[in-house]
Amino acid sequence: MGDLWAANRQAFHLLISGDAELWTIIGISFRVSVWAILIAAPVALLLAFALARLRFTGRRLLISTFHTLMALPAVVVGLTVYMLLARNGLLGDLRWLFTQKAMVVGQIILCFPLLVSISHATLREADQRVWETALTLGATRWHAMLTLMYEVRYGLMAALIAAFGRIIAEVGSSMMVGGNIAHHTRNIPTAIALETSKGEFAQGIALGFVLLFLALALNFTLNLVQSRSDKLS
Amino acid sequence: MIRNPKGRTLSAALQHVCLVLFAALLLHPAYADEQVLRLATTTSTDNSGLLAILLPPFEKSTGIQVHVIAVGTGKALRLAREGDVDVVLVHARKAEDKLVSDGYGVNRRDVMYNDFVIVGPDSDPAGIRGMNDAVAALGKIQASGSIFVSRGDDSGTNKKELQLWQAAKLSPKGDWYREAGQGMGKVLQMTGELGAYTLTDRGTWLAMQSKLPLKVLVSGDPRLFNPYGVIAVNPARYRDTNYRGAMRLIGWLTSVEGQKIIADFKIDDQPLFIPTAVPTAAP
Repeated sequence: MGDLWAANRQAFHLLISGDAELWTIIGISFRVSVWAILIAAPVALLLAFALARLRFTGRRLLISTFHTLMALPAVVVGLTVYMLLARNGLLGDLRWLFTQKAMVVGQIILCFPLLVSISHATLREADQRVWETALTLGATRWHAMLTLMYEVRYGLMAALIAAFGRIIAEVGSSMMVGGNIAHHTRNIPTAIALETSKGEFAQGIALGFVLLFLALALNFTLNLVQSRSDKLS
Repeated sequence: MIRNPKGRTLSAALQHVCLVLFAALLLHPAYADEQVLRLATTTSTDNSGLLAILLPPFEKSTGIQVHVIAVGTGKALRLAREGDVDVVLVHARKAEDKLVSDGYGVNRRDVMYNDFVIVGPDSDPAGIRGMNDAVAALGKIQASGSIFVSRGDDSGTNKKELQLWQAAKLSPKGDWYREAGQGMGKVLQMTGELGAYTLTDRGTWLAMQSKLPLKVLVSGDPRLFNPYGVIAVNPARYRDTNYRGAMRLIGWLTSVEGQKIIADFKIDDQPLFIPTAVPTAAP
């Protein structure tokens, strides 16, 4: 129990001391995961919209596939990306292995099915009259789609937050394709894994608290943006 | 923002701060122009803290940024073989020589050594305390039915352990033999929790012993000698490998200064590694 108490104290100390090493790790964590979401989300939203609005053969199969892929283990993604990006791999010429780019690729694959599945569920439940009204009022299909998405923005925001939660905390893929290189590809989860392997349990738990705290700050910010846009509309 | 006194100023200000931070985070140049050298090495050199004091002077004087990828020796050598790193610092002499003779590695140099030790619980149910014959000690551990935790990850330590079992003409199989598949630090923790025995390099042991309910029971067997070598990846095979950087790192590790840093690296007044490249620098 002494360890847990020490961990609490150390977490608090780390957070208030502005430790440069810690902030590098946090910066890497967020940069990689935010890039992954920024790249994955637009494509995933379009696909989710297509799955919700259009009727085409293979649609149900595609939906089931994305539902299944939500359970994809991070290490499997990591291994696949690793084999693609290794010098002898299909995309080896990019020389992306053990870089943040490789981590972004892994995290995109991890969050994409989640984004598509939740967005699809949200868009399917949306009031279809919004779409029809927008078209009747002379909106282009593109604008009608954006209007529909705006109507269900909370559901879509939840999809983004869930996806971000999955990738900011995943260790399997980042460890394998990033290599846990200090100041370069060491993010919060891989740093926790390293501290644990060194027996520095307190440091590991402290980093866990840091991750939770930052997730809280992020959600709080999003909440703020939401409530503000509500007031405006 | 403060200009506007009517409401929403705090939340607007907060939002702007967040947006600016966010943009700064994303646009921060990710080490774009610095020269990078990829070093694959074992968990023993990295977890012990040696690289944390050995590499910064090198990075400072050369401007080369060393990216350390700490994995088992088996994986490190594989990374070198496939050209995914520029240089390796490992401890498995036979496998190192094979990398060189197969034409994937060049300019292998001895850097330092330490030794392996067998650690176990203070109560020592197998009765191996004080033995200096590692092979006989393993035999007694198996005969006593005590648990032995193996790295089981094709690391240098794992290779050494398997050689010892082979020398003992024993096949390590059964419920008492646990293959962890993890790094040295994790395996030491597991060994402590299970009240078991394991083979560890002295560097990781010294770095972690204060957190472990274990004791060194067997050491001093010449078969437990553990030399570390550094090898550059063959630039003739992989043309865009950072060969110059690799050779400069080899130069640094085997220099008088580098060797002195290794010799001076101690925990509880005990040296973790003994430098071997420049004999006079040894303590």
